[in-house]
Amino acid sequence: MPEAAATSSTIFGLSTQIIGIWVAALLTLAIYSFLYGDNPAYKLGEHIFVGVSVAYGAVILWYEGLVPLLINPLFRPHLVEDATGPKYSLIIPMVLGLLILSRFVPRYDWLSRWPIAFVMGLGAGLSIPRSVESYILRQMHGTMLPLLPPGANGGYDFLTGFGNLLLVVGVVCTLTYFYFSARHEGLLGRASRVGIWFLMVAFGAGFGNTVMARISLLIGRVQFLLYDWLPTIGIHLGGPGVG
Amino acid sequence: MWQKLAYFDRRIIFIFIFVAVLIPFLTTWDIPLGYTTPSTQSLYDTIEGLPPRTPIMLVFDYGPASMPELDPMAVALSRHIFSRDLRLVGVTLVVTGTQMCENAVAPVAAQMGKEDGTDWVNLGYKPGDIVLIDRMGQSIADAYPTDAQGRSTRQLPVMEGIRNYDDIGLIIDLASGTAPGSWIVFAHDPYKVKLAAGITAVMATDYYPFLQTGQLIGMLNGLKGAAEYEELINHRALGTLGMASQSVAHLLIILFVILGNIGYFAITRRR
Amino acid sequence: MRLQVPIAIGFLAGMFMIVQYFVPHPAFKTAYDALEEWVMIIGAFALVLGLQSLFQTHIDKIRRRREGYSYSFVTLISFAVMFLVGMIYGHRPGTLFDWLFDHVEVPLDATIFSLLAFFIASAAYRTFRARTPEATVLLVTAVIVMLGRVPIGELIHAKLPDLAEWIMVFPTVGAKRGILFGAALGGIATALRILLGIERSHLGGGR
Repeated sequence: MPEAAATSSTIFGLSTQIIGIWVAALLTLAIYSFLYGDNPAYKLGEHIFVGVSVAYGAVILWYEGLVPLLINPLFRPHLVEDATGPKYSLIIPMVLGLLILSRFVPRYDWLSRWPIAFVMGLGAGLSIPRSVESYILRQMHGTMLPLLPPGANGGYDFLTGFGNLLLVVGVVCTLTYFYFSARHEGLLGRASRVGIWFLMVAFGAGFGNTVMARISLLIGRVQFLLYDWLPTIGIHLGGPGVG
Repeated sequence: MWQKLAYFDRRIIFIFIFVAVLIPFLTTWDIPLGYTTPSTQSLYDTIEGLPPRTPIMLVFDYGPASMPELDPMAVALSRHIFSRDLRLVGVTLVVTGTQMCENAVAPVAAQMGKEDGTDWVNLGYKPGDIVLIDRMGQSIADAYPTDAQGRSTRQLPVMEGIRNYDDIGLIIDLASGTAPGSWIVFAHDPYKVKLAAGITAVMATDYYPFLQTGQLIGMLNGLKGAAEYEELINHRALGTLGMASQSVAHLLIILFVILGNIGYFAITRRR
Repeated sequence: MRLQVPIAIGFLAGMFMIVQYFVPHPAFKTAYDALEEWVMIIGAFALVLGLQSLFQTHIDKIRRRREGYSYSFVTLISFAVMFLVGMIYGHRPGTLFDWLFDHVEVPLDATIFSLLAFFIASAAYRTFRARTPEATVLLVTAVIVMLGRVPIGELIHAKLPDLAEWIMVFPTVGAKRGILFGAALGGIATALRILLGIERSHLGGGR
């Protein structure tokens, strides 16, 4: 676990790793105090988190985004391999990027629309044809299934055939349920009701998986407290790598 | 009495859940893992089938919030990749991904004698999201002029012979959100590169349609997926260790649902 | 003018990408590469948006002395410390910035999110009632999946994991694909509306 990441330095005779584990453990307990009720310890943790995470994003965007993509090629070309000089074409995205700063000046904040429109427009243009292929055509192709697929020993695999039938009926009926351009009566009404049942199965499966995911998150924190924190006070419960 | 059964203080539930997760760790209960999901097996088989030194792109599209589910996958996959003498190229579309890659891969690499820059690299984060994915289809070194440590990507021995997705044997997207969809649309479908995903269980139902079409060749689903993978590579770690707690907590929640329903129906019948 | 220019910029950038997709002529390649490079750079400036929302919310709260405004100081100080540490010492492994991430941000983020474990248990208990046949289907499916996806399910019945997987592979894919078609068509329609300047919410209000 990262909280237990090995570091060798010490402060006041205590290793920074041990201090780190204690800081992490106390913050973990502060957040869990919320389960009893809202309180200052939880609020403190929550507000530290907001500040730290925004700063983290800003620092990473600077070092891994702006510096290698813009600052080095434009202002420090000697640091860029194979560069013969400053890459002046990057002045355009730099100006567009700087226009985003206009959001801090209410009178000129409309200028920030230019870079946003450029990014959104380009993204839309990139997505449209490819989404048709990946989400519509490939998925339609995947729905054209054999109802009597060949099984082992030259016979038919009836179980998969039945599953395929359910899948196709599920797609059609779910689509029918979401088709609002006609009244859900007669055949359309019946199909749409079947669609609801398929949706309930999908939501049930989704809920089961969600429970699993949420419990896993708690397991992760408990593992930190047991395997990383308790050993600092001399209690060892094994941990990863066993078996 | 029925009213109490149907609606008792939620803090009692909180205590029960915490204890249910905690207790199995304090015992020596070793629950057999048993069933392996087919999508886990197919990811394992795909990696087994790659020739030595083939580059695998491991994508860290998650942050600390989803670490408990996805970190065990990252660790198990790194272990498998290194044990097969394959190359590991870490990338991410999210700012926290750089650190996730470093924290998961570096210790495994050190333990297995794999060298940073020669056997693996953390290219880190670059902005652009879908544009970044698309750009790597043209040239990975153009999209990532430097790695996370600021070294020139073109100079790294691990990147030798890797121009774009044509030279990548497999992409595995470890994601807590909708990123696998972006990798399907902008990497797998246009460039025909093999793609698999490791996802939080919350997202699982969203990606089964893509497994069925073959747009994903394999998938690890939640902590159970990680545990299954640990079993396949024969190295039990955090995923497997969590399975007893996971089982007990699920049983407890089902018990709560049953109690809630008994209380509810008893009350409605009386009315 | 304030709206027409950005709409034109978006339209031209998007149309270029569409034309390039259908006519991947080498002549377009340089422009295509350049445009993508530009988007990545502009994307890095997006950090400004995060900062703007953080400062606006918390400075406003402090100015108006809103309830709990003292915690806004905590947020701003945390931001300043993390930001300065990153800019002064760098962000590489082993730095103070790295230490703060591992021992402050990681436990806070992971623990806040893990609170959901408690709340989903409580929500399941309070709201998961078999009131109607449809709700019963949902409940039964959830229980099968919850049991089938953990090792104990196999100890209860050897076929439970298979059944859970079957539910995921066939009926669930049916419903999910139906939803996917709807969502994809909706997404494509929205993208077209952005290109044509009909959808303008991303550009904010004003003239």
